[in-house]
Amino acid sequence: MAANSSDCTDKEQPKLKLYSYWRSSCSWRARIALNLKGLSYEYKAVNLLKGEQFSPEFSKLNPINYVPVLVDEDIVIADSFAILMYLDEKYPQHPLLPCDLQKKAINFQAANIVSSSIQPLQNLLVLNYIEEKLGSDEKIAWAQNQIGRGFSALEKLLEGISGRYATGDEIYLADVFLAPQIHAAITRFKLDMKVKGKRHRQG
Amino acid sequence: MDSRPHQDTSGSFFSSSSDKLQLYSYWQSSCSWRVRFALNLKKFERLNPLHFVPVLVDGDLVVSDSFAILLYLEEKYPQNALLPVDAKCRAVNLQAASIVTSSMQPLHMLSVLKYIEEKVGPEERQSWAEYHIGKGFAALEKLLKDFAGRYATGDEICMADVFLAPQISVAVMRFKFDMSKFPTLCRIYEANKVLPAFQASLPERQPDASID
Repeated sequence: MAANSSDCTDKEQPKLKLYSYWRSSCSWRARIALNLKGLSYEYKAVNLLKGEQFSPEFSKLNPINYVPVLVDEDIVIADSFAILMYLDEKYPQHPLLPCDLQKKAINFQAANIVSSSIQPLQNLLVLNYIEEKLGSDEKIAWAQNQIGRGFSALEKLLEGISGRYATGDEIYLADVFLAPQIHAAITRFKLDMKVKGKRHRQG
Repeated sequence: MDSRPHQDTSGSFFSSSSDKLQLYSYWQSSCSWRVRFALNLKKFERLNPLHFVPVLVDGDLVVSDSFAILLYLEEKYPQNALLPVDAKCRAVNLQAASIVTSSMQPLHMLSVLKYIEEKVGPEERQSWAEYHIGKGFAALEKLLKDFAGRYATGDEICMADVFLAPQISVAVMRFKFDMSKFPTLCRIYEANKVLPAFQASLPERQPDASID
């Protein structure tokens, strides 16, 4: 399934491939960035529930067996943050980071609150463990608690800085990390976003 | 970032010629450690101590979160660059940093371990920590095996080293983790260990070290 339209002609398009799992918020970040930059890519689905990340083909590409993985000709990049920074440097259209250093730092902080303080604590591995040991209710409570704490931190961070989007009136890195996380919070964990005000609107 | 409450933590003023930075750090925090290590590598000298966990104050600008601080430092103070120019090598450094900061440290931070201990059982705490640390190091060993030179991604010290060295140290000291299955990582650690910048960043050398 190829991505959406681009600003470049077909001749100018780089041959990008994205290995992604539809539900993975980390994969989602990469998809958003590619779309924002108008880059078309070949979508390579990797079903994590079926263990496809351990297939010989994928293991050869990424011995660590994580998604997303971006392939740009002969360059292979894994990890959503590394992918986004690579894309931003190589394809500077629609930059993912503002020029202003303070705003840039805030974008990095927001991205990292999501990728270190929220997502790892509510990923499949952790949730399966909690469900197995403590039951389904505890699992949901745990996820809601971790996400809620992270969102509170984000509210504080972005207070007074957000405009139409997280750090102003342009979409930047913070938005790319935030939107998938908010979506997961609402759809998978039924988090009440009312207290989160602006974040919900932006999501 | 560590979010434990502190009464007496240490902040340090880092300065180099015309630039003055204030780092709020906690001696035992591996996140704070990364930032101290990087500041030392960029030749900022510590002047005198003060208070917190990594929060960097640079004039009017306040940055928290170790990864954000390090990326900010990289932009503003490009001396002794911690990210290489080569796109692939740069990506490997960011990936290594992500593995530490997203899939390792958050899973063994104190609040999570306490939860496991209280809800699942005290015996689970150590096995949980070891599992996630082992998984992360296995990923890093695979990632860096073909890239490592003297240091994590070549013969110059880079961002990957700044994340890796404190993580290995904490794994061994705090969790008695057996690193023998990860020869590449061990070798990288030994190279980092002897650097003056690393030595100066050691937890036990911080002003707040003896309070706990």
